[in-house]
Amino acid sequence: MSGNTHSSTAFDAVVIGGGVMGCSTALHLAQGGMRVALVDRGPLCREASGVNAGTLTLHMTRAALVPYAMRAWKMWMDAEKWLGTGVLATHVPGLTLAFTEAECELVELRAKARREYGAPIEVISPARAREIEPGVHPGLMKAGYCDIDGFASAYLTGRAFRHALTIAGVEVIENTPVAGIDSGDAGHLIRFDGLTNRPPLQAARVVLAGGVWIENMLAWLGVQIPIKVLVNQLIITERVRPVMRTVLSVANGLLSLKQFANGTVLIGGGWQGEGDRERGGIEARPQNLVGNMRLAAYALPALSEARIARIWLGLEAETADAMPIIGDVPGVPGAYVVGSAHSGYTSGPFMGRIMAQYILGQQPEMPLFDPARLLGMPMPGA
Amino acid sequence: MAEAPPCPIDLLVIGAGPAGARAALRAQAYGLDVLLVDENPDAGGQVWRPLPPGFARAAGIQPSSEAVQGDALRAKLRGSGIRCLFDHKVWNVGSSLRTDLIGPEGVTSWQPRALLVATGTTERVVPFIGWTLPGVVGLAAATILLKSQNMLPGRRTVVAGSGPLLLAVASGILKAGGEVAAVLDLATRSDWLQTLPSLAGRPDLLWQGVQWQARLRKAGVPLLYRHGIASVDAVGGGFRVHAQPVDRTGAHVARTAPSIFEADAVAVGHGLVPGTDITRLLRARHRYEATRGGWIADADAQGRTSVAGLYVAGDGAGIAGAAAAGAHGELAAVACAHDLGRLTAEAHARERDYLLKQWYKPARFGRAMAGLMALREGAVASIAPDTVVCRCEDVTRAEIDAAARDGALDMNQLKAWTRCGMGPCQGRTCGDVAGALLAAHVGSREAVGCFTGRAPLRPVSLAEVAGDYTYADIPIPKAAPL
Repeated sequence: MSGNTHSSTAFDAVVIGGGVMGCSTALHLAQGGMRVALVDRGPLCREASGVNAGTLTLHMTRAALVPYAMRAWKMWMDAEKWLGTGVLATHVPGLTLAFTEAECELVELRAKARREYGAPIEVISPARAREIEPGVHPGLMKAGYCDIDGFASAYLTGRAFRHALTIAGVEVIENTPVAGIDSGDAGHLIRFDGLTNRPPLQAARVVLAGGVWIENMLAWLGVQIPIKVLVNQLIITERVRPVMRTVLSVANGLLSLKQFANGTVLIGGGWQGEGDRERGGIEARPQNLVGNMRLAAYALPALSEARIARIWLGLEAETADAMPIIGDVPGVPGAYVVGSAHSGYTSGPFMGRIMAQYILGQQPEMPLFDPARLLGMPMPGA
Repeated sequence: MAEAPPCPIDLLVIGAGPAGARAALRAQAYGLDVLLVDENPDAGGQVWRPLPPGFARAAGIQPSSEAVQGDALRAKLRGSGIRCLFDHKVWNVGSSLRTDLIGPEGVTSWQPRALLVATGTTERVVPFIGWTLPGVVGLAAATILLKSQNMLPGRRTVVAGSGPLLLAVASGILKAGGEVAAVLDLATRSDWLQTLPSLAGRPDLLWQGVQWQARLRKAGVPLLYRHGIASVDAVGGGFRVHAQPVDRTGAHVARTAPSIFEADAVAVGHGLVPGTDITRLLRARHRYEATRGGWIADADAQGRTSVAGLYVAGDGAGIAGAAAAGAHGELAAVACAHDLGRLTAEAHARERDYLLKQWYKPARFGRAMAGLMALREGAVASIAPDTVVCRCEDVTRAEIDAAARDGALDMNQLKAWTRCGMGPCQGRTCGDVAGALLAAHVGSREAVGCFTGRAPLRPVSLAEVAGDYTYADIPIPKAAPL
């Protein structure tokens, strides 16, 4: 093999970043007939794609992304069909809760905005909400209700994709950090960290799918687009008796609760911990642990006696306008970028599919999100 | 817990066994403000474990030398005025070394300038069919029953595994009036003889070993070298223990028929694994050293880790035995005193050199014993496919092998793909053996690494962390973008 480096390293497309979006892009490109390699500096789906809360909800999706999320929701629910193995995607209804007058207003406003983009969300009375989810706090004043909701076990994502990618013939290269990309008329040369002892890969096309690290990847190509890093805290309980049967969130979006079939309850919502792009997630902020646990135990009082089994962190990417970055890398022919979607796990498989459709020269099912709009756009609060 | 700022302290010592307790005493002597924390009701750790609160030794029962040493240590601690929080668990440690405790009064937080982790070890059991049955206990658990509670694990016990605890437990059972069906030792007589030079400086321990052996012989207990447990079946009210001959690596020798022993209890242990939960949580550098128990924090002779202000001592820093742990704890205390400006470089060097001499002989013996207890590759290779390895999450060997074949490359990926290590013990029980199983596919223990450390170190309830509050007390951040 070492004597035949050309044929073993020339690809129609090399995808850098093995999260949901990169995996889905690589899979759909391969299924579209391309010779594809997928490279990650670590194992597949061990960053945000494998450690997120697995919420498949429309209640927390940005309104304009609802049509994408609904298509992706279907993909997750059907994962066995297109991935071969699933991620325990489970269809349950979702409720978003309001405990104050201000939150009632917020629930109405947000339900309306998402309805306009096709989310079947209605606002229901506390009595109706308690029929659906008897365990909610008696102080509930109103709730948003949506039948299209549910959850997956995000930690299974890497295993499911690895299986599908292997069958599709994608060359999966894990634990191999890319050092840079040399782009020219002949395509791209993807260079690896010297420690890997791996020759560069030649590719006609390169796809950057590195989540919060997209900023660094774009810099390889001389393109500057800032990507904000959110350090989300997650908390999971030990296995407990059944305490809920929906996905719960609150009006402002800063709580997600679900109970898996194994009895564990996952508490998320994007409360911020310590960490950054360079070091990853470092540790939870004590006051944000307290806040998140209080909100969870308030929303669902039966949770308060549950014991915490584990706390961890995941990095979520956000662009200056908090919309995804999916399309051509500005000024670099044959280079593409896909990522940074809010609730990116929910929408991820679909975002990868439309990225692949675009690269394959097909009409994407939904419009992409042109990266060029972000050139020079200041990051709010920066 | 959010309201009160953490309480400042010079040195917080986690674990009041020989290492932690002696470190606390020594550090206090240098004028450091010390807090000593342990989840047990009193100091002593595993080896010098006290009687339960309210219990007294019956008249006429001679206390063991370990009980005498433990009582002396506890008396010394009480007289020292060192602040001790027993019955307190450490559930989280932040990168500032902020340490969160959960005790009878709820959750409290401390902010030490230096943190010494002296949390000892967890017993390793190389799983076999039946190891999770009630009545199958660890050798260390059996010593707790015998030493602290004066209880037998059963009327008739099979004692199996490796290391010095085998003879200690078997002999302890006989002394307490119980019956030992058999002792199954993975090692050979010559493995034991090879540790003799290390005993040169410890005639007391050599004599103790001889006495243990003599007691077993006198009671006619079969002592089977190079034997392990193939399986334990629950039959009627008891167990049928299948003893299997093994080779030098601990692998079952298939051609030989197993010997069967009837018993109503099994005490089994395959060595000790250093407790690295806290050093892993703090992302200290670690290295794999099989003969010292497995993964240990990379530290200098005085327990300074790669994280500033974080120290390790005792068996948790790499197994060298209880007798060496005290001096190791003092070495770490001397390092803390120096690093916190309470000891000149000259005095530090003098104290360190003196303590290193004290530490050397018991450590040499302890490390020889640790070598006997080291994980044997063949024993891991012989685990039957349908044996549960992770007992919190019921993950079998076959599931671990399947994940490895599907491409799991490291321990965290294995955890995600199989739930191995995701339960309340955080992988303390299964992590070492699961690591060996994965490493057999991937190449090395270094390549597969270990589970990332995660809080909580001990389970803690939402109510305990959340405290008393109303909805208005929840600091709800601004809404996510719509």
